[in-house]
Amino acid sequence: MNREKDKTDRILRIAEIMINELKLEDVTPASFDPDMDLVDEVGIDSMDLATVALVLQDEYGIRIDEDDYPKLTTVRLIAEYIEEKLSE
Amino acid sequence: MKTVSSLLDSEWYKRYKAISKLNIRSSIYDVTNRCNLRCKGCFFFSSGEDRAAQEEMDLSRWERFIDREKARGVNLAILIGGEPTLCMDRVAAFYDRLPSFCATNGLIKVPRERLPDMMVGISLWGDEEDEKLLRGKDTFSVSSRNYEGDPHAYYLYTITPRQMGKTERIVRRIRDAGLKVHMQLLSNDEGVDAFSWQPSQLRDIRAEMDGMLEMFPDTVISSKYYHRIITTGKMLDRTFGWNECPSVTQPLDPRDPKPKHLIGFIRWACDLKTMHRCCTSATRDCATCKDGAAHMSWVMVNKRAHIRSEQDLKNWIEVYEMFAKLYQFLPW
Ligand code: SF4
Ligand code: SF4
Repeated sequence: MNREKDKTDRILRIAEIMINELKLEDVTPASFDPDMDLVDEVGIDSMDLATVALVLQDEYGIRIDEDDYPKLTTVRLIAEYIEEKLSE
Repeated sequence: MKTVSSLLDSEWYKRYKAISKLNIRSSIYDVTNRCNLRCKGCFFFSSGEDRAAQEEMDLSRWERFIDREKARGVNLAILIGGEPTLCMDRVAAFYDRLPSFCATNGLIKVPRERLPDMMVGISLWGDEEDEKLLRGKDTFSVSSRNYEGDPHAYYLYTITPRQMGKTERIVRRIRDAGLKVHMQLLSNDEGVDAFSWQPSQLRDIRAEMDGMLEMFPDTVISSKYYHRIITTGKMLDRTFGWNECPSVTQPLDPRDPKPKHLIGFIRWACDLKTMHRCCTSATRDCATCKDGAAHMSWVMVNKRAHIRSEQDLKNWIEVYEMFAKLYQFLPW
């Protein structure tokens, strides 16, 4: 139960960071579809991802390897990646 | 929030997806300080960059350097100079290790048996008269013989103000030689008389470039949006210049905050240690810089800014496709 809530909270927080860092308009963390493809739909590029990754690294105390960027294609996948890193 | 698929029909969305994950990471390499021409207005010689560094002569050092560049994430090596074909062993060392593009004046043919599919961009500065005036030689007669019908070569036609009204003949000759052409504008770094652009000329040449694209769609690799950007220096509501330029060597970039830029971009001198400020001469005034690649990259790195209307996003896609074709990430 708690794990599910943690997961949802993390997804919302990642969406929030993304919206703030990339100045995305007309979207809130709650309305951000966590399964939307960030590259094919939002138009995020690797420089955007690097900007977001810096904030996530600080927030969660993890290291996001640049080679892993191609895997991080949705907010949900980023949340799962962080969860994995935290449990290492 | 505007999304890509909400702005595009399925055909354009397919085109977008074909380029959205290419993740091109280029850097530029001065292969040599020497050239077999001395063109008036060549940024390399006019700014003294040919004397900025001593040429590394040991091929094995070049090979190790290129391996390090690859490990750094570079996936497109843009070879310039001087004239790279004077040092074919270095060009081949790049070709063997990385997707490579070679800029050349076309006087020496790259050996196709050794470098069969390396993209070659042949510089051309106008018709016979202007070529003789600016470069001391009509290079077209030689380069078109060397590269006739070559599917991995195109002309990089630098248009000067004196070429206005004359571009059709040039493009036609290139088409007749079975080659493609991409157009850019002279920045006139040496202030040669009558070769600096006036605002009204820029308006006229934009219309002429648009006309060439319409008339020769299979020969001209370009886009009307690129013509607009290069002739006006404006993109959306922004103005090109130092504060916006994406093609600044990253480790030398003092700007804070940095604008959107090419990740990991470096322009290396041929000692393999010295870095130049940007993709062109450090003495050039950014306010009048017409560098084609910098303008193209300016559009490319600002993708999300273009996800605001169908037309803006289509403009972005066309410029990205143009770049991807010129550097062989997409077929012609
Ligand atoms: S051919 Fe190219 S490198 Fe050589 S002088 Fe002319 S512009 Fe400069
Ligand atoms: S001279 Fe041109 S390419 Fe170089 S930094 Fe200035 S604007 Fe950019």
